[in-house]
Amino acid sequence: MESINIIFQEVYKILFLLVPVLVSVAMIVWLDRRVWAFVQKRQGPNVVGPFGLLQSLADALKYIFKEIIIPASSNKIIFILAPIITMTLALIAWAVIPFSENQVLSNINVGILYIFAVSSLGVYGIIMGGWASNSKYPFLGAIRSAAQMVSYEVSIGIIIINVLLCVGSLNLSDIVLAQQNMWFIIPLFPMFVIFFISALAETNRPPFDLPEAEAELVAGYQTEYSGMMYAMFWLGEYANILLMCALGSILFLGGWLSPIDLYPFNLIPGAIWLILKILLLFILFALVKAIVPRYRYDQLMRLGWKIFLPLSLTYVVLTASYLFYFNLLPVN
Amino acid sequence: MKIIRFFKTVLMIDFIGGLFIAIKEIFKSKKTINYPFEKGKISPRYRGEHALRRYPNGEERCIACKLCEAVCPAQAITIESAEREDGSRKTTRYDIDMMKCIYCGLCEESCPVDAIVQGPNFEFSTETREELYYTKEKLLDNGDRWENVLAANIRSDNPYR
Repeated sequence: MESINIIFQEVYKILFLLVPVLVSVAMIVWLDRRVWAFVQKRQGPNVVGPFGLLQSLADALKYIFKEIIIPASSNKIIFILAPIITMTLALIAWAVIPFSENQVLSNINVGILYIFAVSSLGVYGIIMGGWASNSKYPFLGAIRSAAQMVSYEVSIGIIIINVLLCVGSLNLSDIVLAQQNMWFIIPLFPMFVIFFISALAETNRPPFDLPEAEAELVAGYQTEYSGMMYAMFWLGEYANILLMCALGSILFLGGWLSPIDLYPFNLIPGAIWLILKILLLFILFALVKAIVPRYRYDQLMRLGWKIFLPLSLTYVVLTASYLFYFNLLPVN
Repeated sequence: MKIIRFFKTVLMIDFIGGLFIAIKEIFKSKKTINYPFEKGKISPRYRGEHALRRYPNGEERCIACKLCEAVCPAQAITIESAEREDGSRKTTRYDIDMMKCIYCGLCEESCPVDAIVQGPNFEFSTETREELYYTKEKLLDNGDRWENVLAANIRSDNPYR
């Protein structure tokens, strides 16, 4: 009886996190389209619900009723598994995101490592989807995206090392609490910029949306997918984008901390500050989508390996030597 | 030049400029309209759905001269005519295949009595192909329905002809 109670409690907690995440993914798709449209002086989706807020819901409903087509020559098990993996991995990473000091599903000591591992695994969903489709465009898209995600994972990893040097802990709550005096965006601003651009590449957002470049690859690894399976790829993608925004706001923008530690501001619960920061980063994501043209493949690789990697490595050395010289290394 | 370009790249000057332009554009008025709820302005010469008009006393205008049938480049119009009891020549059949029609407006131009006209209606999509084979009844019905607009359009376009 006791154990059943605990299980129910845990399930309740998980649902309490997952449902808001999924709902906000739907809202964020609307926001993305809306911002994109506004920059181009269009109206964007504004018919379904107030301001078109329920557009994603209507889209999801449409996807549910659409037929799922599985290509005859595909590897069926892997074909079906791929979107499930993408979406699951995008969602399980949320387990360690702290919404405030004690609002976190699992406060593990290696939270940042866990997120990093899970988001690295995300590439498998895409590779499997592209390979199992047994068709040329998905295959090419999957190859591209695998190379792209692996390349930018490296620089994201090194950027995270920068932050960890200043914190001295892999726990995400500790990372946020270490920013009480100064957000890391101030001393590590170049790293924040590189993190943001790498996050764009990591989540296959424009200008790095080469895996699904419509002009050359139809829809990349999603070409053969339809119905709910396509929607799951789509959900996973946006959940990943949200996760990257959350990671960015935790690593650099002080997570749940309020920008000014003064009376009216620190009354607002931390979760709201985190959500506002995520929203800010996401709007930046959406604006970038609207203003930047797509990179060429070799430019993408050059940016990742020849510019971001040396830059972030140099910054690691600089940060480390600065902290060491002034005896500022965190002691735990 | 190369140094300037280097700094421009490193500081992402162009990117930030673009970002600010984008943010500025967000607050400008939208160029698109909420289509099904509001519609754009249509010229009086707009060539939309066809209609056969009547005289105010209810008599059909069409005299079955078949000029429109002859001029139609897509050969979408089929006319058959017969003499009526009162001796006037009237159409017994006036069909337009709306899927053949290229909406060039030549039928309207050629008509000596302003019988066949193309109205401002462009929302006549159907679910089956058969519904787009317009018959004389359908065209006359269109004419009755749109008469006010059609007459006004012809009147306002008249000074330029």
